[in-house]
Amino acid sequence: MLIPHPLLGLRDAEEFTYLGDASLLDRPDPHAPDAAQQFYEYQHLRDNPAGIHRELWFHEQGDRSWLIVTRNTLTHEILGAELARDAKGAKA
Amino acid sequence: MRYSGFRVIKEALTGHKGWKPIWRNPEPQPAYDYVIVGGGGHGLATAYYLATTFRQARIAVLEKGWLGSGNIGRNTTIIRSNYLLPGNEPFYEFSMKLWENLEQEFNFNAMVSQRGILNLIHTDAQRDAYRRRGNAMILAGADAELLDREQVRAMYPWLNFDNARFPIKGGLVQRRAGTARHDGVAWGYARGADLAGVDLIQNCEVTGFRIENGTLKGVETSRGYIGAKKVGVAVAGSSGRVMAQAGMRLPIESHVLQAFVSEGLKPFIDGVITFGAGHFYVSQSDKGGLVFGGDIDGYNSYAQRGNMAVIEDVAQGGMALMPAIGRARLLRIWGGIMDMSMDGSPIIDRTPIQGLYLNAGWCYGGFKATPASGYAFAHLLATDRPHDTARAYRLDRFERGYPIDEKGMGATPNLH
Ligand SMILES: Cc1cc2nc3c(=O)[nH]c(=O)nc-3n(C[C@H](O)[C@H](O)[C@H](O)COP(=O)(O)OP(=O)(O)OC[C@H]3O[C@@H](n4cnc5c(N)ncnc54)[C@H](O)[C@@H]3O)c2cc1C
Repeated sequence: MLIPHPLLGLRDAEEFTYLGDASLLDRPDPHAPDAAQQFYEYQHLRDNPAGIHRELWFHEQGDRSWLIVTRNTLTHEILGAELARDAKGAKA
Repeated sequence: MRYSGFRVIKEALTGHKGWKPIWRNPEPQPAYDYVIVGGGGHGLATAYYLATTFRQARIAVLEKGWLGSGNIGRNTTIIRSNYLLPGNEPFYEFSMKLWENLEQEFNFNAMVSQRGILNLIHTDAQRDAYRRRGNAMILAGADAELLDREQVRAMYPWLNFDNARFPIKGGLVQRRAGTARHDGVAWGYARGADLAGVDLIQNCEVTGFRIENGTLKGVETSRGYIGAKKVGVAVAGSSGRVMAQAGMRLPIESHVLQAFVSEGLKPFIDGVITFGAGHFYVSQSDKGGLVFGGDIDGYNSYAQRGNMAVIEDVAQGGMALMPAIGRARLLRIWGGIMDMSMDGSPIIDRTPIQGLYLNAGWCYGGFKATPASGYAFAHLLATDRPHDTARAYRLDRFERGYPIDEKGMGATPNLH
């Protein structure tokens, strides 16, 4: 699999370490009244879709940036990649 | 149909014209007491024990493809009970004991072969860990032996003992472990269940659940609606997809694991060898092919095929351990979808929906569990109480803080 790194171009997925669903960026508020429940769901439950999946890849053997890669889990086709930093910033 | 040596000779002399299909191909009934979703090893074993040991009736197994088309027919056939944690080891040892009597139980040749498994040791820390694991195994009634380097050499003199990074310092061996013919296991349970009156319904995909006021009424399928008092889901790699139809999110990610078979070679590997440090394990089939594998690919997948990088990694591990196989050619590679759970251990439990039960999270190690998983799931379905050896496999253990994390990796499914 080749990942289209927004800064470095096409890179072999082998240079990356995989973490999982990009929802891991949305850390719950630890002060929320139901924080324990939210953290349980955040850490343990997954949508685990068969199809389009937004997921975190760390460019460990490269520029050490975190990417959000959009990939089809049925075909392994990679549809796009963005810097996690940008995606997170856009939301805040 | 009964099998005997006499029957085989008779059929050989009469052109094999007397063999018949060994299970019926029934039309689905409008309703059942028990519907098992998934005709893999676990689903078939569950139906078998429900109908025989637990004497229940009106049971159907719904399989979206053909029986045994999932992981039960894709695994590398290793059976063992060499776990460490108290939540796991008694369950897997119960499974080992069921394996030991399986062929007599369902009168079918599953080629259960207790050829032993050897886990290699390369460091003092690993030896300590394996000593502890061996003791845990013995405490749970399993067998374990710690071997030194020379004892391992006596078993497999051609291993590379002096690899610079991972020299072999010894091993943990479980002699009662081994392999079984995976398809034979599915067929044996299928035939036994069919003989006990279970309807095995193939080409029948479950597409939804009918739930009223939190209680399950039945399942929507590609062959129409089927009512059910209790539904047990055992769909392995498809668990997330199927349970999403009941509005549930699971502590599970689906990942791909690859397996490899070489051309046939003369017998030289008597048992199973695992080289965990090098991401490689191997056994030799009765036909002579080396059956081997390594780690999962590591990213979410439903593709039933993996990528080149892992193929390379596994081949390198094999070459580091046993240079003798360097010129053997690979014949086949395939992949299966693993239901990787958040702690690497399985789930056999009820769900918050009344009448809906879940058997999932088997990761890459559910083949060895097939008999005990079926037995324990049937126990739960029939009695609404967990089987003694499966009490720890609760769905809510993550929420309550009781994970069963053999590898100590935390909630990262691709590291278990
Ligand atoms: C390459 C590989 C190597 C392995 N090696 C080992 C090993 O050496 N030792 C070991 O112990 N374990 C091993 N495993 C793991 C083991 O194979 C699995 O954990 C186990 O087979 C899973 O249980 P099962 O047999 O019930 O699954 P499956 O056979 O996958 O059964 C699930 C069934 O559910 C059906 N299904 C899915 N969705 C639906 C639906 N909506 N409606 C109806 N039916 C549906 C599927 O078609 C499938 O037939 C390995 C797995 C793989 C892929």
